[in-house]
Amino acid sequence: MHALKHVHDSRPQSDEGPVAIGLERVCKIFDAQGIKANVLDDVNLEVRQGEFLAIVGPSGSGKSTLLNMIAGIDPPTAGVIRYDGRPVSGVSPQTGYLTQHDSLLAWRTVADNIAVPLEIRHMPRAARDTQIQAIVQMVGLTGFEGHYPRQLSGGMRKRVMLARTLVYNPETILMDEPFGPLDAQLKTVLQGELLRLWSNSNKTIVFVTHDIVEAITLADRVVVLSSRPGRIKLVEEIALKRPRDVHAVRFMPAFEDHYKHLWDAIEVDVHREAQR
Amino acid sequence: MSAPDIAGDAPDTTRQEKGARADAALIWLYRLLLLLGVLAIWEAAADRLIDPFWTSSPSAIAATLAKWLTSGLLVQHLFVTFKETLLGFFIGAVLGIAGGTLIGQSEIVRRTVDPFVTALYGVPKIALAPLFIMWFGIGMMPKVVLAGVSVFFLVFFNTLSGVREVDGKLVEALRIMGASRWDIQRKVMFPASLPWIFLGLKLGLPYGFVGAVAAEMMASNQGIGFLTQSSAGQFDTAGVFSALLALMAVTSGLNEALGHLERWIFRWR
Repeated sequence: MHALKHVHDSRPQSDEGPVAIGLERVCKIFDAQGIKANVLDDVNLEVRQGEFLAIVGPSGSGKSTLLNMIAGIDPPTAGVIRYDGRPVSGVSPQTGYLTQHDSLLAWRTVADNIAVPLEIRHMPRAARDTQIQAIVQMVGLTGFEGHYPRQLSGGMRKRVMLARTLVYNPETILMDEPFGPLDAQLKTVLQGELLRLWSNSNKTIVFVTHDIVEAITLADRVVVLSSRPGRIKLVEEIALKRPRDVHAVRFMPAFEDHYKHLWDAIEVDVHREAQR
Repeated sequence: MSAPDIAGDAPDTTRQEKGARADAALIWLYRLLLLLGVLAIWEAAADRLIDPFWTSSPSAIAATLAKWLTSGLLVQHLFVTFKETLLGFFIGAVLGIAGGTLIGQSEIVRRTVDPFVTALYGVPKIALAPLFIMWFGIGMMPKVVLAGVSVFFLVFFNTLSGVREVDGKLVEALRIMGASRWDIQRKVMFPASLPWIFLGLKLGLPYGFVGAVAAEMMASNQGIGFLTQSSAGQFDTAGVFSALLALMAVTSGLNEALGHLERWIFRWR
């Protein structure tokens, strides 16, 4: 609906609405005591509003660094990152970020952890409780509201973090291997949940993963990063129609083609990585 | 479906719990025996091996304590020391937490003041007592100040390490959610450094007592320190021991209470 005023827009990639996130000639060099690491080199990318974009690449290809820069917690060494057309210069309150490491507050229960972003937004207690209850149910944590993080498994802690990100309804969500440590079954369940949430919400999602199957299952487009210095090697438009069934999608003929393309692009780097 | 699990676990845990409880009871018994043994040796040694003028005897101490308790003397003096210590403890703790939190905000500020604070910390607090007595007279004030200073440094240094040890990832996570500096202070920095702050408080409490009692010994007409000093002045060894024993009981009780509070606050661990 808000795409109407942008219909004249004719960027090559933005055939479905305005650009939410734009990266122009972005480079990142880490300088640790004189040892320079060129992590990302000349990355150009546009993420459309409401798009589900996946980023895959070998370890050390700067995927997490890319998300950190979009989130505004780490500035690029060169180049510009725009959010809604404005250069990113700090943390954006419209962006939710599900990081790879555990950042739950150990002294708060599950419900109180999920409450943190709502407390920050000064939501009254009653409204907070209703919202927390709904989100707890959605991520399947009912009955664990009063548990402390130490009492939960790794997968459950991930779900609390997901709930904590979803609960304040950010328009863009960055996810860094959110389902990485989960078992295959739970992973599929949560992928299905995520797709359902996303398709009802017109949120923009940038999803970093090392799992090609996961990337194809979820995303509109998959970006392949090369190993260090990370460059965009391939942008694959995923042609699988929506709504997708996360269980059935991998048996479609188109899936195999996508998998082959992406694997070919990634393979060289993975082999090089393995030989180190 | 979880019923067999529970059934399978139950005997094991109860057996373990029972074992632990039996151990605890046994240890209490041993403690009692140890105490009685020491008291018996002391009692036997007095009059036979050592002149009770120097070491008194458990029975004499018990008599003195009973006399003091019935006359209300002990409670009156204990109460004074108690008040001085707690007031000093409270003031020192508040200033220590506030100071540590504030200075922990900036590495530059911390490094600037570090040598000065460390130098001040190195001064034996007792050595400040004459100065405080000179400034504030012989009432409760110099005792409160000395207790406060003793507590302050311990709480300050512990708070400072606590603030510096906070996991940067947690701060970052809250920043991404749009938290203000104040939010981060309240929701991450303070609760995350609470274990360190508590350690400072626990270490500080006995030092607060030491400060108050030491100042009382130098110049005072009330308090446990005064009672000890005046008993010694009258060569009343039983009186000195009685006063010390009372002080010991009070500090043990307070430490125990603080331990309970700690377990309640950190129940998430």
